[in-house]
Amino acid sequence: MKPIFMTYTKKDLINLAVCMILSVLIIPTFIKTEYWYTSILIPWLCLALATIGQQIVMGYTGQLALGAAGFMAAGAFAMFNLILRVPDLGFVGSLIVSGLIAAAFGILFGLPSLKVRGIYLMVATLASQFFIIWMIDKFGWFKNYDSSGIITAQDIVILGKPFTTPLAMYFVCLAVTTILTLLAMNMARGSTGRNWMAVRDMDIAAESMGVSLLRTKVQAFAISAFYCGVAGALFAFCYLKSLEPVAFDIKLSFKILFMCILGGLGTINGAFIGAAFILLFPVLLNAIGNNVFHGAIDATIISSIEQVIFGLLMIIFMIYEPLGMAKLWENLKQSMKSKLSSSGIKSVKSPVFKK
Amino acid sequence: MAYERKFKIGKPILEVNNISLAFGGVKAITDTSFNVLEHEVRAIIGPNGAGKSSMLNCINGIYKPQQGTVSFRGQVVPNITPNIMAQMGLSRTFQNLALFKRMSVLDNILVGRKLHTKTNFLEVALQLPKVKKEEKLNRERSEEIISFLEIEDIKDTPVGKLPYGLQKKVELGRALATDSSIILLDEPMAGMNVEEKRDMCRFILKVNDELGTTMVLIEHDMGVVMDISDRVVVLDYGKVIGDGTPDEIMANQKVIDAYLGVEH
Repeated sequence: MKPIFMTYTKKDLINLAVCMILSVLIIPTFIKTEYWYTSILIPWLCLALATIGQQIVMGYTGQLALGAAGFMAAGAFAMFNLILRVPDLGFVGSLIVSGLIAAAFGILFGLPSLKVRGIYLMVATLASQFFIIWMIDKFGWFKNYDSSGIITAQDIVILGKPFTTPLAMYFVCLAVTTILTLLAMNMARGSTGRNWMAVRDMDIAAESMGVSLLRTKVQAFAISAFYCGVAGALFAFCYLKSLEPVAFDIKLSFKILFMCILGGLGTINGAFIGAAFILLFPVLLNAIGNNVFHGAIDATIISSIEQVIFGLLMIIFMIYEPLGMAKLWENLKQSMKSKLSSSGIKSVKSPVFKK
Repeated sequence: MAYERKFKIGKPILEVNNISLAFGGVKAITDTSFNVLEHEVRAIIGPNGAGKSSMLNCINGIYKPQQGTVSFRGQVVPNITPNIMAQMGLSRTFQNLALFKRMSVLDNILVGRKLHTKTNFLEVALQLPKVKKEEKLNRERSEEIISFLEIEDIKDTPVGKLPYGLQKKVELGRALATDSSIILLDEPMAGMNVEEKRDMCRFILKVNDELGTTMVLIEHDMGVVMDISDRVVVLDYGKVIGDGTPDEIMANQKVIDAYLGVEH
């Protein structure tokens, strides 16, 4: 299909229009409960954004990195300090600069990827996770010498207007996520994305074609950290409404890793699907526990069951569908189409990661 | 060759000077020198383990030889890396296929256009007009190569799903997309049937003829080598044992011995 606007084909534009109508018109009209915004939609958008960051470095560039939450913490605390100390920047300006600060950390911790790969790189990138959290804990300046350990995030003010209701915050997250997702798609489908994937699939051949491994890897780490940083700032300011280093621990990094893998490595829409699944699944399990078994099952058991099922799903996906839920969705659409057309000829379409 | 060539064979474009390469105690190449002239088809032949692929890897900068230099257009290239050689105008294919398996044929060939892509990631993210212009040009060139190689019908298929012979073609396409002045082909016809080999020969000669691209190829099929190459260099045990036109090589006693096996 031929792109008709930027890199988007007609199908992409229809998808985009559907998503926008759904998220801007339908959701705000029909969902009135605050719970949905504060506990599901806002964290979903923030984590999906962080997962896109993880996708860029892991799904597209093939660098096994584990430390997304560290970059999120960098972004969140950078945001806090920027609003506190450089109020002239404004919310949007601070958000961009906190992303850039996270990107600087991304460059620093992406450098080992030039020498080590695979599981060893994963261990090396864990350093970012622990170093950033340690740094924030160690130097009181980052927390403005607050002794309580938990700092309240400042209110979001854009162009003099406060964005404090859950709906308003949802729109802030939606706007940022939409813009950054479109930019990520442009990169992934353009020459930038091709360089990433070339490095992922066969680095020596990529180098022989003139793709610089140093530049490409470091660039992927920087962009990934930028996305995580912005996501972290939104996560702290719109969802947690407070800042504490503990919120960005290794568990969150793993969560983002799972979202990335379950959603489908090397896909942008997979980031949203994976994030939705991992966020909604516990909610669903709890609902089943309460409504079907009427609380007969202890909440702790439910959360253990959750872990077991996640683990199982990871293994099943790794074996049967390494390209994750985004691929399943694509296959489903494909089989529906071939059933509808009933021509009997199965069209061989390239898989979702390149589209 | 009887007919008039559009690109007359010229001065040496690539010179390999006294290269020695060892892996630990195993000597792969010993004090080897030869040259490649501009616009010619140069074959490197030799029995298995003669050091042919290692030679290409030295020229391309993947291996760092312990001794010797590689000169490009008369100048010694210091600190040779695959990237530097690519920028100087040298492209290559690999013996065991080094394609980007999860990417489509078109995307693989588009990666070959890397050095003709000057826009940075921010410009790509924002899809500025110059990005679109550049992408359009690169796509047009890639489509040209795809139709030249007669692989239009598979251009959207991920290369990992293609049979071996087609993958070899895609790899040639990717090397062509760089618009390099010299292309190294590491066994471009290995594992192909007669018909596929004939196609591949046709492509190699056509590229050499129409674009004047210098071709260096490693090949085992003697019939093919003698047919398409202008000059042949023969390696055995990491040393040059013969260098000349196909006719000279076929008459060379050392080469015959190496291939038929006589006691040394």
